[in-house]
Amino acid sequence: MKKFDFHILGPLVALIALVILGALLNSAFLAPANITNVLARSAFIGIIAVGMTFVITAGGLDLSVGSMAAFLAGITIIAMNAALPEIGENWGTILIGMGVAILGGIIAGLVNGLLITQARIEPFIVTLGTMGIFRSLVTWLADGGTLSLEYGLRTLYRPVYYGGIGWITWPIIVFAIIAVLGEWTMRHSRFGRHVEAIGSNDRVARYSAIDVNRVKLLTYLLLGLLVGLATVLYVPRLGSASGSTGVLWELEAIAAVIIGGTALKGGRGRVWGTVIGVLILSLIDNILNLADLVSPYLNGAIQGVIIVLAVVLQREKRTADER
Amino acid sequence: MSILSLQNVSKSFGPIQVLHNVDLALEPGEVHALIGENGAGKSTIMKILGGFLDPTEGQIVLDGQPVAFASGPDAEAQGIVVIHQEFNLASDLTVAANVFLGRELGGFRLKHAAMREQTAALLKRLNTKISPDAKIGRLSVPDRQMVEIAKALSRNARVLIMDEPSAVLTHREVGTLYEQIDRLRAEGVAILYCSHRLDEVAHLADRITVLRDGRVVRQALRGDLTEDGMATAMVGRELEDFYPPKGNPAPEAALSASGLAVPGRVHDVSLQLRKGEVLGIAGLVGSGRTELAEGLVGLRSSTGEIRVNGKPVRINNLRDAFSAGLAYLTEDRKEAGLLLDKGLRVNLTLATLEKFGTWRIDSHAEDKALARATQDFDIRAKDPNMLAGKLSGGNQQKLLLAKTMLPDPEIIIIDEPTRGIDVGTKRQIYAFIRKLAAEGRSVIVISSEMTEVIGLSDRVLVMREGRLVGEVEGDAMTEDNIVRLAMGVTSDSGKAA
Repeated sequence: MKKFDFHILGPLVALIALVILGALLNSAFLAPANITNVLARSAFIGIIAVGMTFVITAGGLDLSVGSMAAFLAGITIIAMNAALPEIGENWGTILIGMGVAILGGIIAGLVNGLLITQARIEPFIVTLGTMGIFRSLVTWLADGGTLSLEYGLRTLYRPVYYGGIGWITWPIIVFAIIAVLGEWTMRHSRFGRHVEAIGSNDRVARYSAIDVNRVKLLTYLLLGLLVGLATVLYVPRLGSASGSTGVLWELEAIAAVIIGGTALKGGRGRVWGTVIGVLILSLIDNILNLADLVSPYLNGAIQGVIIVLAVVLQREKRTADER
Repeated sequence: MSILSLQNVSKSFGPIQVLHNVDLALEPGEVHALIGENGAGKSTIMKILGGFLDPTEGQIVLDGQPVAFASGPDAEAQGIVVIHQEFNLASDLTVAANVFLGRELGGFRLKHAAMREQTAALLKRLNTKISPDAKIGRLSVPDRQMVEIAKALSRNARVLIMDEPSAVLTHREVGTLYEQIDRLRAEGVAILYCSHRLDEVAHLADRITVLRDGRVVRQALRGDLTEDGMATAMVGRELEDFYPPKGNPAPEAALSASGLAVPGRVHDVSLQLRKGEVLGIAGLVGSGRTELAEGLVGLRSSTGEIRVNGKPVRINNLRDAFSAGLAYLTEDRKEAGLLLDKGLRVNLTLATLEKFGTWRIDSHAEDKALARATQDFDIRAKDPNMLAGKLSGGNQQKLLLAKTMLPDPEIIIIDEPTRGIDVGTKRQIYAFIRKLAAEGRSVIVISSEMTEVIGLSDRVLVMREGRLVGEVEGDAMTEDNIVRLAMGVTSDSGKAA
């Protein structure tokens, strides 16, 4: 147990190596402005990925989160624009928007969860379907174009993304809180234990008096809630949403979960690993942009290699166990 | 001359030596039984004979020549076929496709008709009604066993190594299995037969090898070793009475059910379990025993009235059952009982986590509970942090028992208490069940092992086709009476309900 476990520490070592590499390649890398930028951009995927960790650990999957975020951003903007004449250009309107995002996220998660647990359809199929539905809905709402928040509201809402405590902006703070809560929940709560048990063997879970469907449903609800929260932080960044908002976020979130050492087949969840996975993915992007070594267009390729590598390393550990 | 033999074979895994100078010879036309407690080295011997492991020292001799098998398939090509306890069948393929898996007939285009015909012929030889076109996933476990045997036959086995083949079979199917073994023996096949059931070893084996702690402690010919002698040799000490003395149940009922039904599986069952009683439920596989138990504890939806200590209770799920003081230990230890890829602690407390903290799970309290369970149930784990899947079958069963007892139930339903575990652990579990009853708890034991039901229970209910068909008690608790009731053969003994 005490010996160096590459399986657990591997992602952390990779992250540290990336930070050192970044610092060597470009002195601007460690500047607070750059760090803030990297972390804030990680926050959306990161918050979603924490929720995804629970879904995957319970043996599920959610492909719809990127489209869901776009759809939630769309209805949030529409709701705020609609409330503007009634309530005025103040935080009341923005709170309504936030409420719509969070509530919408919970409802979207509920839809996914109910289809999976009650209608007993494979998570892959259900969320592939809702992925298309959410994406199409936002495109339709925007009439193929862009939904924009009214200028005044945008100015008022902006600090939620750009402001914060010192150089630590709100998205970073929220991400950190969610990560800590997520790790605690997975590690120390009954819910977390049940999630791992279900992913490990849902029949054993059922025979251990665990309400398997309820716990599974809760993982999708939690993920929906967190997608809503990510949307609340995302909307003030650009103040707009369109059919191309949040494209491929689902894959980045899943990739982060896998790189972090959570098993795709479920049963073993590591929230802090997911956080490291998210940071690794954003750092690669950032370093490629800062350094001229490799074209930033190859970002996807490098991320792909990392994902495959992470899974290969997981597998080597497993065969070593069997000896 | 023997076909296949081990000469002075030793095997070590790292620093641990699991076999010590084993000599074992398989003769054509002979059934050679290999017995020993779990961990005695039986599976290692089977793996070495089957080409899955190499010996560390000593040699394997095939037809008088020393050989080294490159792999399982290499050994199979030389006529040595192993039937594993865990089946090697692809559940989405048909029976015929499985029988010919890896050596399909035909070239680029498969000869489906020929494979199906040959499979049908093999199955007919085995006296089964399995269709060659049936999907494995839809077959019952005993039928899958038959398919495994058909597969072995189709490979023209000269040496057949069978690991607990009867463990999953019902009474009738065991009969067919024995016939097949007799037939294979007559054809000159050498059979190595591993079993925990000493009665069948005594019945089948021409030669018996007893292993203990990786050493051969006894070799005997048919008739030279009684069942008692086998057990003594395996355990290495005298076994007093195998089953603990019977108890003294109180007259009042701890649990009573009337008109209990599980749709399609169990019909109109009424029963009473007395306080301090061990009540056996016997019946063939598929007679609805497990379904009845699962209906009682809310794992299956059921109708009818259930009373605990005279008070009616509603049990819609396992949680309700726990609150009513009922607990159920599943027959399927590996797929429904324990999380094999999790530690002992997580497994122990999984069903009772609310006892270990409202919000935060108190891992110290969990560790204490594990330490206590390890002691109370004599769970032998090398390391408390090891995975449940790495425990031996007997220790897994003890862990599962500890898990089942953690909610402190008054009524415990134990389905197949000792399936696939060694003699020593069996005795511990029997003693433990008896202790529960002596403490005033009430226990229902469901078992396919006739001697177990009779030896353990104060009273036995017999099920057939989803109904209770009889009850035997006292001197009427004989194998004969129970089998007659279970098979629906009318007789004058045993009162029909």
